[in-house]
Order: sequence, then structure tokens, then C-alpha cells
Amino acid sequence: MTPTVVIQAVINGLLIGGIYGLVSIGVSLIFGVVKFVNFAHGEFLMVAMFATFWMWQLLGLDPYVSLFISVPLMFLFGACVQQVLFRRVIGGSDLPQIFLTFALGILLANLALLFFRADVRTVRTPYTDATINIANEIFISWPRLIAFLVALALSGALFTFLTRTDIGQAMRAAAQDRDTAMLVGIDPDRVYRVAVGLASALAAAAGTLLMPFFVVHPYVGAQFGLIAFVVVIVGTLGDIRGALLGGLLLGVVESLGIQFVGADSGRILVFLILLLTLILRPSGLFGGRGART
Amino acid sequence: MPALLRVERLSKRFGGLRAVQDVSFEVQEGEILALIGPNGAGKTTTFHLITGFHRADSGRVLFGDSDLVGLRPSAVCLKGVCRTFQVARPFGDMTVLENVMTGAFSRRPRRAAAASRAREVLGLVGLEGKIDVLARDLTTIDQRRLEVARALSTDPRLVLLDETMAGLNQAEADVAVALVRRLREEGLTVVIVEHVMRAIMAIADRIVVLDHGQKIAEGLPREVVDDPEVVRAYLGSSYRHAS
Repeated sequence: MTPTVVIQAVINGLLIGGIYGLVSIGVSLIFGVVKFVNFAHGEFLMVAMFATFWMWQLLGLDPYVSLFISVPLMFLFGACVQQVLFRRVIGGSDLPQIFLTFALGILLANLALLFFRADVRTVRTPYTDATINIANEIFISWPRLIAFLVALALSGALFTFLTRTDIGQAMRAAAQDRDTAMLVGIDPDRVYRVAVGLASALAAAAGTLLMPFFVVHPYVGAQFGLIAFVVVIVGTLGDIRGALLGGLLLGVVESLGIQFVGADSGRILVFLILLLTLILRPSGLFGGRGART
Repeated sequence: MPALLRVERLSKRFGGLRAVQDVSFEVQEGEILALIGPNGAGKTTTFHLITGFHRADSGRVLFGDSDLVGLRPSAVCLKGVCRTFQVARPFGDMTVLENVMTGAFSRRPRRAAAASRAREVLGLVGLEGKIDVLARDLTTIDQRRLEVARALSTDPRLVLLDETMAGLNQAEADVAVALVRRLREEGLTVVIVEHVMRAIMAIADRIVVLDHGQKIAEGLPREVVDDPEVVRAYLGSSYRHAS
């Protein structure tokens, strides 16, 4: 084991960790504001990945261009899903919420299977294999770096939105106390639409940013969904910063696992961290309480 | 002059319990009306019905020209009716200023305008020195003040205060009484639910007495406390001797 290998693994882990963070922030945001776990979140990402693929395949759009289409479209998709489906189970018991979101995920994955088959697809761009050599034997992949930087920028933008704007403040208020929020003129349904819409838009950004260096298939959502659920538990469910930091942490852990445990069993370390968190700090690394921003 | 708020034959049942039965009263612009009665008389339920947290089974709540029945609490607030809760419910993880800004944003989407309105009402309730404190770290009286400030920040014409003085000591209750008077001076109309009779007598223009969901008396404070029915149902015969 040379230091170079470790450094390279950490860099790769951090870069993909930004994407994990982006997906996890969405899960955490929905949990924090609307108060349930969206088990279809990975599939939202998958939908955006396919959208990006087809826009490239059929229209020749570069993923960094189609980002400006997939993100607003998924915002609308999320807001509609909230209004038409999720709204019916809000405030009830957990089981209908779990069944509904889980079923939605299965439905989306199988629709993708029906229309696009189980083929593994990717977007080939001129920069797919472009790298920067930052030191001897240490390389950074351009598309991964861009994905990472955009993910950080979007996380920062979301954080600013939540703390600096009226809708963001309304969202934090509704997350803390729905009744009191209504008391001061906040329409919770509107807040929920925006929250699920934003979470979906972040998943879309993650999916589109992944496409230049990752593959899409109908079940890719489960892969990212699973990581996101681990991340939000480790990073404290409902905590936006925790979701981003947790994403970076588990990205690195996974990357080191792949390097030193084995390519097919690298995630053992990820789930080890999950187990340790549940045993030692069940409320996550970032504080005792959930549902905070 | 037409009343600002007209409650007409309002009724609400919960299963077999008639929480509010055929209750009617009016509130004039600029008035302080107290709603009193024993626990379970339907005071808080009446507030819930007016502000949309419960939907009335029958009856109307006319505020100006519009019927509030069937509106959601957020819509009622935007019409100009705001309330406080019996137990203060600040957004604990926000600062005092942020708490009040959530209300101010309801009419001012711009952050600077919302912040300036929030500071204004915080000054009014005497919390200007604590704007950066987290709401959960406030004392009980300060949480009540915050609750009132947050309600005021939505620019209501009518404020419903639900037991704002419960649990306060004498000096604190006096501060609260002064605050309610300030609200009227600011041009607001106030309906107050309260058990502290001393405070009620000090500030109320008129009193409506509820018992078992029904209105049993209405009138000027002095008339109401001498009403034998009110004495029997709520005040007890010792009240007259004590006061």
C-alpha cells in the first residue's frame, strides 16, 4: 500500500461523495419538512439519468446542457408527485407512507425496464476520460470533479435558500411546527410541494452529473437510494449539512473499501459504519434531534 | 357601525360532546373582548373554529364581509385574523428575530422589509434586546411575548390571545396587561381568553361567558361578575367577597 494509492482512493471517494451528498440532501429535506422517507428517491435519480441519456442520444445534448432541462423538469415532477400522491398520506401512520413511496420506486424502475429494457447505457462525451494529473501518479477525472463542484455549489445554494428567503424560512417553520406555521399564514401544502420539488431537482442534478462517467439501467436507483439512506442515518435524518458531510464521508469510506477490501465488497465498510452509527449514535453524527436544517 | 367580527350560531361536536353550541357574539373594531368560563367551556375550541384549526359543524364566522368557516388557518391569517396558542409554540431552533420574520414574510416577501417589521413588533412587546437568542432558550414570559410578536408581525386587524397570562406571576401579568393595552392603542381589536380575573377586569371592554359550550352571559365586566348564573357556573360565590 503506497500513499499514492490511498490519496487517489480518498480523492475518488470525495468526488463521488459529493453526488451521494446531493442525493441524500433530497431524502433529508423531504424527511425534515414533509416528515416521511421517500423510498423512491433513488428512482427519481434514475429517471433523470435516463432523461439525460435520451436527450444526448436523440437530441445530441451534452449532459451539462441538459442539466438545465432535467433539473426544472424533475422539480415539476416532484411537486406533482407530492400534490397527487404524497399529500394523501401526510400526517398519517408510517406504513402507508412507506408502502406508497416504495411502490412508486418499484413502479418507476419497472416502467424503465418496460420501455428501455435492462440494457446498461452511458453517455460518451469527449471529456469522459479527461483527467488532470495533479501530482505524480495521482489523477483527477474532469467529469467527476465537475460533478463534485456542482454538487457542492447546489448544496450551498439550497442552504442559502433555506436560511435567506421567505419560502426557505417558511419551509424551516413548517418543518418545526406545521400548525404554528399555518398560524402565521404559511400554506403547508405549498411548502411541501416546493420541498419535494427541490429534493427531486437535486436528485436530477445528481443523475445528470453522473451520466458522463457512470452507467444507467432500470435498477441503478436502488444502488444510490441505498447509499442515500445510509448517509442520512449517519448524518442525522433531516439535517442538510449532515447529509452533505455524510455523503462525503461515506464516499471516501466506500472508495477505501473498494481499494483495500475488494471491488465487489467495498460497501462492507459503508454498512459497517451504518451499524456502528446505529449502535453508538442512533441519532446520527450531527446532534441529538432530527428534522433540522 | 358594523362589527369587525360576527360569530353567528357557531356549533361544533366531537363525537357525543357538544364542545360549542349555538354560540353567537360580536366584536367591534378597536374593542377588547374577553372570553371566560370554566375549563372545557369551549373557549379554545371557539378560537380553533374562528381560525380554521377546526371546521365548524354549523354557523358562520363573519370577518368584515367574508365567512371564515372552511378556510385554512393560513388563509384566515392572511385575511387579518391571528391568534396565539395556549402553550407558546415558538420555532425553537430559530432565533427570536427569525421566528417573527416567518410571520412578517406573510405580507413582505423581501427579507429586509420582513426583518424591519419583525424588529418593530419585537420592540412593541419588549423583546428588542433578545433578537439573536434561540427561541427555545427564552423564559416562559418571553416565549409568550414572542408568540404575540409573531402574531402581530402578520399585520392582523384582529388578534386572538389564548391564555397569554397563564402561569405568569403578578408582576409579569401586569406587564402582559400593559401589552394588551398597547395592542389596542396600535389600532388592533383583541379577543382574549383568560382565567386571571384581575387582568380581565383591568382590560376587557366586554365579557362573554361560556359554560358547557354555551354562552351564558355577555356584558360589561361589572355586570357579568354580578350575574348569578356566572357566579354559579364559573366565578364561585367567593369571587365577589374577594374582589
